[in-house]
Amino acid sequence: MTKKHWENFKPYIWLASFVIFLVGSFWFGFDPGKTIYQSFTKSFIEMITFIPFLFIIVGLFDVWFPKEKIEKHIGKDSGIKGILMVVILAMLQAGPLYGAFPVAYILYKKGASIKNIFVYLGAFSTLKIPMLGIEIGYLGLKFTLVRTLVALPLFIVAGYLMECYLRDKKFEVYEVK
Amino acid sequence: MNNTLIFITFSVFTSLVSLLLDKDKTILGFKKGFKMFKNIVVPFLNILILVSLLLFIVPPQIIVKYLGAGSGAIGFAIATVVGSITLIPGFISYPIASGLLKQGASYSTVAVFMTTLMMVGVVTLPLEIKYFGKKVAILRNLLNLLAAIVIGILIGIIL
Repeated sequence: MTKKHWENFKPYIWLASFVIFLVGSFWFGFDPGKTIYQSFTKSFIEMITFIPFLFIIVGLFDVWFPKEKIEKHIGKDSGIKGILMVVILAMLQAGPLYGAFPVAYILYKKGASIKNIFVYLGAFSTLKIPMLGIEIGYLGLKFTLVRTLVALPLFIVAGYLMECYLRDKKFEVYEVK
Repeated sequence: MNNTLIFITFSVFTSLVSLLLDKDKTILGFKKGFKMFKNIVVPFLNILILVSLLLFIVPPQIIVKYLGAGSGAIGFAIATVVGSITLIPGFISYPIASGLLKQGASYSTVAVFMTTLMMVGVVTLPLEIKYFGKKVAILRNLLNLLAAIVIGILIGIIL
């Protein structure tokens, strides 16, 4: 294997080892491997039924909404209205936190302020409506309501702190290639 | 599953409207979306692999055992650490949390566990670093960890 081949293969090394491990586990009847396989498939189904559609929306958002417009609403001078908009945007979404990073990238690209990007991430992790529904079902309305009301001001403060710290520094959200 | 279905319906509907309005623009959007998806699918799979391994090493029963009734400040601390490191999907974490409450765990322990699970991710940190750079990603996680602890304590006081 040449160096170039190795560089091409490198990102897949975990995946390849995992597949070999699973095939081996089933071949030799190694039970822990089977348990791991079961929990992997559950998360995998959760991801694959959801993430491709998320990227359809992100792609469409990218072509339909010009930067100037988005920037006006959630950019540097957007104030409370901007915060409200990113919180609502986050609430309408679903899925695990890693699904929010690509959205954060597109918001950055469209000129969202630093504060609003981090408020978005905070709201995404704790205020998604589909998740609140499940939370009410399992933990009750009172718990969910108190948690939500306590969390909201805290991650808005976190957003402000991030902006304060990063304002004079070079801040960038990178496109993952 | 239901939520996913709603989201899929929404995406398909949006795509159809977009196609009707402007075919070329829509196809460009699809292409951009697909490119982003292609770039991210392997890191995502790596996260899922890590999560399934972690769930095997620390199974839900063990979590319930150490965070249950009378676990006090130590339970709170364990909940914070476990919640920060792992990323447990909602369909597993909510049943765990509800089981914890039934077993007599305190509200603050359950709150800090759920909040760190959602807001802080050591497992997803490598991916987050790719997007935000090392310093910002670590800073965000630390700030959110702090926020999660405050949330846990406040909920304990309120409820």
